[in-house]
Amino acid sequence: MSQKILLNTKEVNIILHRLACQLIEKHLDFSNTILIGIQPRGTFLAKRLTEILKEEYKISDLKLGLLDITFFRDDFRRTEKPFEANQTQIDFLVEDKNVVFIDDVLYTGRSIRAALTAIQSFGRPKSIELLTLIDRRFSRDLPIQPDYRGRQVDAINNEKVLVKWKEKDGEDAVYIEVKS
Amino acid sequence: MKELSVNHLLGIKYINRNDINLILETADQFKEVINRPIKKVPSLRDITIANIFFENSTRTKLSFELAQKRLSADVMSFSSAQSSVKKGETLIDTVNNILAMKVDMVVMRHSSPGAAHFLSQHVKASIVNAGDGAHEHPTQALLDSYTIREKLGEVAGKKVVIVGDILHSRVALSNIFALQMQGAEVKVCGPKTLIPQYINSLGVTYEPNLIKALEWCDVANMLRVQNERLDVSYFPNTREYTQQFGLTNEILNNLNKEIVVMHPGPINRGVEITSDVADGNHSVILDQVENGVAVRMAVIYLLASKIQN
Repeated sequence: MSQKILLNTKEVNIILHRLACQLIEKHLDFSNTILIGIQPRGTFLAKRLTEILKEEYKISDLKLGLLDITFFRDDFRRTEKPFEANQTQIDFLVEDKNVVFIDDVLYTGRSIRAALTAIQSFGRPKSIELLTLIDRRFSRDLPIQPDYRGRQVDAINNEKVLVKWKEKDGEDAVYIEVKS
Repeated sequence: MKELSVNHLLGIKYINRNDINLILETADQFKEVINRPIKKVPSLRDITIANIFFENSTRTKLSFELAQKRLSADVMSFSSAQSSVKKGETLIDTVNNILAMKVDMVVMRHSSPGAAHFLSQHVKASIVNAGDGAHEHPTQALLDSYTIREKLGEVAGKKVVIVGDILHSRVALSNIFALQMQGAEVKVCGPKTLIPQYINSLGVTYEPNLIKALEWCDVANMLRVQNERLDVSYFPNTREYTQQFGLTNEILNNLNKEIVVMHPGPINRGVEITSDVADGNHSVILDQVENGVAVRMAVIYLLASKIQN
């Protein structure tokens, strides 16, 4: 197994700021917007973006929710391993709100498909957008595309994109791992 | 990723501490789900479950049915009163006929101890024991542990007294196994005639005095006097039972500590527990019912994930 670096700490930081600015461009003061981090790994990105928006761009009224999609997946009993559920933390209704899903890697699109169903339990949003740090091009199973993307990657199927976060893995970086 | 060590839930004694932790942690997520505006998830849409109850039940049957429906499983329910069991059909035949209709899981309550275990060895389906005679009632013990954990933070190190008819109680036995497995201490209290002779062999002590038992405990689990199972007279009369083992507000107020009062239901108000206690601040009886749905969702979800596709 070999690893090569795709984005280093500095590059991740620049991208995070760009994504934050793109969100502001579209959502201005976020008064009718809700950010939803997809559990488990999308929550790191969502929390980081929230921090940047609050501290550096002084957006005070920001709502962040965490959504677990385990019970909405379409591959229950179709994989060898059972799924472990994570916490869902959405303390508000999403009725008539502009929702932005935030996840670290967009690959087959099936997680986002599940998230689209899961979010319906909390109301009918006005709109839903998708923000992803890494967009793995040409690997989609479903017609799902991001509205905001950090970096587009052409990775082939035996390659794995690993997004690392300082708070969990000790550094901010993105690697491509090749299974030999 | 974690999974259960068993394919059936036949009793607490057949599972281990990791299984209990996994079920309770998964139940946390389901408790959040059942408090959403839309309380349903699609996980089990390709699973069919039969609830077969050879003994009366309100709470457990409804709780299981609701848990299954919240998981989007297809559900059929059956009570022996309206069935061919009365016409002489055997248990295996009844269940195999149900399974021939492509059922993946069976939730069963039966009056014979070991019925669920017997079934699990003879039919091809995942079996959940919803009570087998005076043997076990595992989901009740799990939801009791879940409620203790919710109210007191954890089960380990807590002191629990189970009061009442221990001899005929499957709730008591499952609770003893579950609580001890998680590191809690258990005492039983009640008329000597309703305490199993060898209760000490389970690592449980007997305290004949209710007040002393309550002074010792963090949690009191008050059991119902199961008149339908009492074939001979185990105590002089109900009034005397109430005087010795009935929990009143006066007793609770005179304790020098706060305790949690549980009851698996159905309550005989004024017998083992007075109305003001059952409806009072110490009581978590309705929390137990709510948690029952979440815990049963977790059990069914985790067992279903082990059914071969």
